[in-house]
Amino acid sequence: MLIKKPEDVKSSEITDEKLYRSRRQVLRIGVLGASMAATGFVYRRFNPLPRFAGVEQRGIVITKAPPTVDLKASGFVTDEPKTPYDIITNYNNFYEFSPNKEGVAPAAANFVSEPWKVVVGGLCAKPKTFDLDDIKKVISAEERIYRMRCVEGWSMVIPWVGFSLGKLLELVQPNSAAKYVRFVTLFDTTRMPMQNTDLLPWPYQEGLRMDEAMHPLAILALGLYGKILPPQDGAPIRLVVPWKYGFKGIKSIVKIELTDKQPDNTWHAFMPDEYGFYANVNPAVDHPRWSQKTELRLGDGWRRPTPPFNGYADQVAKLYAGMDLRANY
Amino acid sequence: MKDARFAKFVVGVNGAVPLAILGWDAWRHQLGANPIAYALHTTGMLALVFLMLTLCVTPARKLSGANMLSHFRRTLGLYAFFYAAVHLGIYFVFDRQARFGAVISDLALRPFIRVGMCTFLLMVPLAVTSTNGMIKRLGGLQWKKLHRLVYLVAIGAVVHYYEQVKADIRLPLIFAGVLAVLLAFRVVTEARGAMKRAFLARTARMARQSSPA
Repeated sequence: MLIKKPEDVKSSEITDEKLYRSRRQVLRIGVLGASMAATGFVYRRFNPLPRFAGVEQRGIVITKAPPTVDLKASGFVTDEPKTPYDIITNYNNFYEFSPNKEGVAPAAANFVSEPWKVVVGGLCAKPKTFDLDDIKKVISAEERIYRMRCVEGWSMVIPWVGFSLGKLLELVQPNSAAKYVRFVTLFDTTRMPMQNTDLLPWPYQEGLRMDEAMHPLAILALGLYGKILPPQDGAPIRLVVPWKYGFKGIKSIVKIELTDKQPDNTWHAFMPDEYGFYANVNPAVDHPRWSQKTELRLGDGWRRPTPPFNGYADQVAKLYAGMDLRANY
Repeated sequence: MKDARFAKFVVGVNGAVPLAILGWDAWRHQLGANPIAYALHTTGMLALVFLMLTLCVTPARKLSGANMLSHFRRTLGLYAFFYAAVHLGIYFVFDRQARFGAVISDLALRPFIRVGMCTFLLMVPLAVTSTNGMIKRLGGLQWKKLHRLVYLVAIGAVVHYYEQVKADIRLPLIFAGVLAVLLAFRVVTEARGAMKRAFLARTARMARQSSPA
């Protein structure tokens, strides 16, 4: 059959076959590229990268420990690599601000902790309400580089700035009836928004036995990495008990009370089968829902075995001699 | 036909985009304070999303009449399996340090790990029998029956996610809602089909009975 070219289309106007094909190719590449961009956009939109929130960094006065103190033997300092500041200040369990560990830092950013008062009282000769600045004048702060092991199975190495809790307790002269110390976090629903919910029974409370509280390793921290504590890490004053799981380290403390009864601690009150009063780090006793044998050291990315008492057995194991640590978890 | 092949290719390439971005972020150390938790969460979520997309194909095809959509079902399903496998691989290598003993004790302690593992194991026969050759070998009807396991897989995946979340259960509930709608669609179409068949059988019977002997 003879095919005649229509008279009104000049041969120069007919698209070359090669060009026609390549045009199709270009179109396909365009569609592919656009669809990939769209997929990438949707992925990023619904799965954003965790962002490290900036923290206002203000220095804190640190006093060097006297050379008579053997920092290593006392457990005051470990030479393990320190966890980066960004991780310590952006991965926090602080339910008063957010139940999401990476959401605490932004939620707590505007928390004001100045001025701050701490009531120290109960069974003692000289109960006193301290202004935080007064405490700083009376008791000098030292650097303590501690391992911190969370009950959830992760850990950090944190250079705290603080002082032994015992030094503060000595100031109020506990009497012989005092067997325990009870700690209470600030209760202020306008400044700690999650306290408006029933996520946990508020305010957060913790407790230590008297001998635990007087142990030199138990400190009240005012800072970390040589800077004042940022809000998400428990500003302006928090408890650090390195041989216990992290939840014992109550944050933003307003009250310290000497008592003769074992205080109820918040996580124990909330889930008594899962969290105990002692909460000593113990790889031999599993949490009912997961193993405590290993931990993920944040910043280095690998799991490692968890030592008994978080590596502070030499210093503290004697406090629990003869105690059944399985029953007293 | 060529366009259908190209469309399949587009879906195939796009399925790998999230993994490429995740790998790139990991390479640049951008996964935050706990990269393992981030990667586990992301790959698990991707497996769940691809599973839901796979289950969307048939309702979308029936509702829109666009039969070409069925070309994507296998690719989407295989991506669900692929991301579940990466999810499991990260768990095994990084979370359990590649120790089987650690996996077994974890299975004993954590119910949601058991659910997740069972869910993954149920996906294996589906992935293995996803080729054209296997469909032929099994026969269409058998193959279809076997692949109904995907409903169990989807339920298992949502339960695994729900049980793992500590406080904020909104997202697992959204997935449960989507899955409920997708399953309800099957139940309704199945019931309508059964009613239609019963009606046709009855009318046929009545026609036979009323016809003169």
